[in-house]
Amino acid sequence: LSTTTTTKKRSLTQETPSMKNVEEIRNRVILGEFGVTNVHTTDFPGNYPGYDDTWNVEKFQKNFRIDVVHLDENSMEFDMVGIDAAIANAFRRILLAEVPTMAMEKVFIYSNTSIVQDEVLAHRLGLIPIKADPRLFEYRNTEEEGSEIDTIQLQLKIKCSRNPRASKDSSDPRELYLNHMVYSKDIKWVPIGNQADVFADCCIGPVHDDILIAQLRPGQELDIVMHCVKGIGKDHAKFSPVATASYRLLPEITLLEVVEGEKAERLKQCFSRGVIDLEDINGTKVAKVVNSRLDTCSREVLRHSDLKNVVKLGRVRDHFIFTVESTGILPPDVLVTEAIKVLMAKCQRFLNELDSTIME
Amino acid sequence: MAGEGEKKAVLEMVQADGADEGCVTFVLHDEDHTLGNSLRYMIMKNADVEFCGYTITHPSESKINFRIQTRGGIPAAEPLRRGLNELSDVCQHVLNTFQDSRGVLWRS
Repeated sequence: LSTTTTTKKRSLTQETPSMKNVEEIRNRVILGEFGVTNVHTTDFPGNYPGYDDTWNVEKFQKNFRIDVVHLDENSMEFDMVGIDAAIANAFRRILLAEVPTMAMEKVFIYSNTSIVQDEVLAHRLGLIPIKADPRLFEYRNTEEEGSEIDTIQLQLKIKCSRNPRASKDSSDPRELYLNHMVYSKDIKWVPIGNQADVFADCCIGPVHDDILIAQLRPGQELDIVMHCVKGIGKDHAKFSPVATASYRLLPEITLLEVVEGEKAERLKQCFSRGVIDLEDINGTKVAKVVNSRLDTCSREVLRHSDLKNVVKLGRVRDHFIFTVESTGILPPDVLVTEAIKVLMAKCQRFLNELDSTIME
Repeated sequence: MAGEGEKKAVLEMVQADGADEGCVTFVLHDEDHTLGNSLRYMIMKNADVEFCGYTITHPSESKINFRIQTRGGIPAAEPLRRGLNELSDVCQHVLNTFQDSRGVLWRS
């Protein structure tokens, strides 16, 4: 099969219906009434005669763009356009499971007389996000003793007692007892080695102060020492740095014919708010697609027999709307850059391995 | 030809007897769909590659069998190396673009 390396279309005005169909197959996912079709990437060299689909760095760099829509300290939303799903998904998987963080791994329980079992308490402590930059620490070697470069030591020491100043007939535990709710703000950092100097300005501890760990009653106490180590989400979900990271494809809604009046009103109700607007043209209300990005693609319109042939629903296959929500350990833009670096490191690892094999 | 370190293998090559150098199955250890699918996409975009696919042999083991068949007698390690390099370049470009766009948002 020989493919000629000509540029794709002859001219836009001479586009035949089959040519438009090919373009649609190449870069749109079609949302039909009974299923979603055209999902997989098919533009590999040799599949489409007349198209040169070989990897072209200049073409990729020209078409690729990133638009940051929203960014604050905990979450960000950005668009990645012009990349394939395989690579976008790789970034998403890495954000969830392979960006390292610090979390409590070893919990030394010296005294736990609370109603919460030791292992349940240890599990809950492990899930608390710890505000420490994992890039400043190293992975801990399991055989060695923990040192200042790979371990953070935290302590939780709290005892519940009866409040002597409570009134005699109150039944509110907040009045009757002192320290009866153990929050994450009660966790204190114990610097080891030179950590006190290195991390003098940034206090290491839980990200949020108000995570309830356990409840106590008078006489019960907790005396626990915790060691935090560096790990990745693949090992245990407590190491995952994101609350969640997800992406969706940009929806595309095309009206195949003019929709007016009451039908337009019903069409507007079928989509999320803000997607379809009714314009006033010569006295009648005509439906127009204003912002298809807001749509959640429920395909409600396909349930109505008179409306389902009026629209064509689809998604743009190379436009990804990423939403990254951080747990607070690292800001979300730092997380995305770290995820990209992890993928580069994976490629480099195998390149080094290939080179060392060839040189043998 | 196995690429073994002292402790554990990272990458192995398995070749059927009698086949030429162009049809090789690589065993990549400690990898899953994250690298497998993205690498498969980059290698499929190479016009010299006749067949490229990967499979996870068993979900309990973290290794993938990555098969490359080339046309024209090209050794299979070459599209693999090229695919890894191109994927690394894509990541670098994504990183640069992301950092530029982030800088724009802060300024605006």
